[in-house]
Amino acid sequence: MRIELVKRPQHSALFSALSPFIALFLTLIAGAILFSLLGKNPVSALYYYFVEPLTEIWSWHELLVKAAPLILIAVGLSVCFLSNNWNIGAEGQLIMGAIAGSILPVVFPDFQGWYVLPMMLLLGMAGGMAYATIPAFLKVRFNTNEILTSLMLVYVAQLFLDWIVRGPWRNPQGFNFPETVQFNSSAILPEIWSESGRAHWGFILAIVAALLVWFMLSRTLSGFEIKVLGRSARAGRFAGFSAGRLTFFAFAISGALAGLAGIAEVSGAVGQLRTTISPGYGFTAIIVAFLGRLNPLGIVAAGLVLALSYLGGEAAQVSLGISEKSARIFQGIILFFVLASDTLIYYRIRFVTRHSDAAAKGA
Amino acid sequence: MTSISDKSGAGRSLLEARKLTKIFGSLKACDGIDLTIGTGEIHALLGENGAGKSTLVKMLFGALQPTSGEIIWKDSVLTVTSPAMARSLGIGMVFQHFSLFDALTAAENIALSLDEKTDLNTIAAKAREIGQTYGLPVDPDALVGDLSVGERQRIEIIRCLLQNPDLIILDEPTSVLTPQEADLLFVTLERLKSEGKSILYISHRLEEVRRLCDRATVLRHGKVVGQCDPRQETAGSLARLMVGSDIHVIERRPNEAPMAQAALIEVNGLSQKPRGPFSVSLHDIRLVVKPGEILGIAGVAGNGQGELFEALSGEVLQERADIVRIRGKDTGRSGISARRRLGAAFVPEERLGHGAVPNMSLTDNLLLSRYSTDGKVFLGGGLLRLLQQSGLSLAAKRIFAQMDVRKSSENPDASALSGGNLQKFLIGRELDRNPSVLVVNQPTWGVDAGAAAHIRQALVDLARSGSAVIVISQDLDELFEISDRIAAMVHGRLSDSVPIEAMNMERVGLMMGGADPASVHVSAGAA
Repeated sequence: MRIELVKRPQHSALFSALSPFIALFLTLIAGAILFSLLGKNPVSALYYYFVEPLTEIWSWHELLVKAAPLILIAVGLSVCFLSNNWNIGAEGQLIMGAIAGSILPVVFPDFQGWYVLPMMLLLGMAGGMAYATIPAFLKVRFNTNEILTSLMLVYVAQLFLDWIVRGPWRNPQGFNFPETVQFNSSAILPEIWSESGRAHWGFILAIVAALLVWFMLSRTLSGFEIKVLGRSARAGRFAGFSAGRLTFFAFAISGALAGLAGIAEVSGAVGQLRTTISPGYGFTAIIVAFLGRLNPLGIVAAGLVLALSYLGGEAAQVSLGISEKSARIFQGIILFFVLASDTLIYYRIRFVTRHSDAAAKGA
Repeated sequence: MTSISDKSGAGRSLLEARKLTKIFGSLKACDGIDLTIGTGEIHALLGENGAGKSTLVKMLFGALQPTSGEIIWKDSVLTVTSPAMARSLGIGMVFQHFSLFDALTAAENIALSLDEKTDLNTIAAKAREIGQTYGLPVDPDALVGDLSVGERQRIEIIRCLLQNPDLIILDEPTSVLTPQEADLLFVTLERLKSEGKSILYISHRLEEVRRLCDRATVLRHGKVVGQCDPRQETAGSLARLMVGSDIHVIERRPNEAPMAQAALIEVNGLSQKPRGPFSVSLHDIRLVVKPGEILGIAGVAGNGQGELFEALSGEVLQERADIVRIRGKDTGRSGISARRRLGAAFVPEERLGHGAVPNMSLTDNLLLSRYSTDGKVFLGGGLLRLLQQSGLSLAAKRIFAQMDVRKSSENPDASALSGGNLQKFLIGRELDRNPSVLVVNQPTWGVDAGAAAHIRQALVDLARSGSAVIVISQDLDELFEISDRIAAMVHGRLSDSVPIEAMNMERVGLMMGGADPASVHVSAGAA
């Protein structure tokens, strides 16, 4: 016996809308099972994971801090994924954006003024964008697989960051820690309500980016081009759209937004460049993009959900003594159930016995 | 024509279907169908697209299970559970779309389809023997990729005959053949019949059914609407049975545009290398179409028609700009949008995935080919290029009314439309902007007769209003109905065109086989 996926003639609109919620529900159940296998009370574990972080104003701020880069990156990735460009390297683009944006405060610490911050943000976007055009160029020119090239460039970026922070950019007064100097005050992205917590303007930037990209995708010819080429390359060519140009465009947008996420994280949340500036935002954002159904407005909601899993991981470490790596497991489970629910909306499962197999082969 | 069926006992029935019904969801694809096939007869199954022919045949062959009704094979009621069982009973089938691997030899392809293992040399020997007996010459060691469509069909038939069937089902066998190749096939079928084998012959070509078949069962909307002896009928009376009403006859006024006018589209020596392993190269193609004219391009599928279409449309660019000229401008280096802005319009063969995006709405698909020419109506907001949904749905409504597009909801996805209705929409999408040049590939492929007549009339009317139209088609009847001149494509070459007055079936058949039209001597009136 074999298991096959058979395309459904029609898919249910109701279940298409419900699928992210079903996936989250199944994730909670799987999580509960996981906790009870670890010998923890599943109800209190889920409480510490998903409810406790929301009981204080302070941790709501932390939620926005974590959600900002996730939303920024995932909004850019939605443009890539909708147009059939599989950019898996947002983590690397985030790092390169953070490095490019940090040039001003690290190399020219005396260069100060209100104009420094906007220039840093633009440099961050340019750095991420430039780094993302490498896999785009390789794909258009040599037909290489962008999944592999963009992913491999993540490791290049991580090692480059490691080298630059330990080497040329290391803080001379930093007791040999692998860190740059603290950014001067005009290079710090301000907090939104500094009296109650740390949430910085990165979250506002993320919301603005989501609204702009949503508008582009749903209302403009560029959005139409992205959807046409993503669904049928041949029909796109018939329409007169250029797949190569769009590949550059999609990688450039998502690279720029990942770079913006990188510099916003460094200048808003960290305040200096270190060897690790991101707990895998660039990869988690892939889950955010799919959980948000590749719709920028859905991505805002999905970004908050995934941000909660980071906070829950920290809370669970404190209250339950579970490794914070459990957050990664939760994220993996969410992605699994999101993709599975989406697949089962379009396909049904068929069990093939030897008997019906013969019929199918002859047809 | 001899009637062998009379002496070989037409009274005994080989296969009988009683009240065979198949329901898909809410659709009755087959509704209480009775069919009797006698021993040693060629039985025609006639019907339009969507009449239920394929569903019926798949049930007889075991590929689908009937919802109700029974099948009687050689006087015993049984359930055909699978094609393998059908083959072992003695039912063979030759499908319309061949299932052969290009990279394997003929003998290897045959070996793949046999239920028990036989060594290749035995198969090759048997294939040669059968080929000789039935006039199906094929080299078993040839690679299928190198063979013509007619030869590939012979492999399919030999593959079927190797199982020694009593009943052979042929699905639209002549749709891929030149008239001469079809004649050869008919000889083979007559021969099989004289040996007492029965043939179920599915077709919508009335002339060949009248010529070949002993009896005909006509289906419409899943029901049997008539049983007859096709030789007693005319093509017109058969068509009426099939369609249920008189078919619209195309009105073709003579072309009144003076011939001295400048060409609207010309191709000057278009050559092109193959772009992939199964793509055809083009060799020195030249054509000229003037205002008011329809140029028909005949040819068996896979002789470079798709490549020619993409070269004309600008989806593939040419080496020099003067190779394709549209309205006097060199456009060989300009893309499809630039050619559209010069007044050209294009309708490709493949509707879903080339002419339209399947899972996008009809208004979105309208924008697909019109945004570059009708930006004033469909786009606003200056550089932002915002989509104007109101303008799009107005234009879509105009096209629905003009072309009589039938759909289930206000603005469905392209994939939700039937083939005929989608094709009417895609042709209407281009006609709506009154193109001065229209290039269309297989305009009525898989379209029912009513919609096909509508489309053909629209093409003729467009030409007579002063546009140049190029129709690439495998359907010779269609080309004869609407063209002013006909040329044929074979192996990536295009023959000179011949005025319709000097054209007949025999001549176009020879041209499709590669003969030079000037050297083809034609017996007058053979059409």
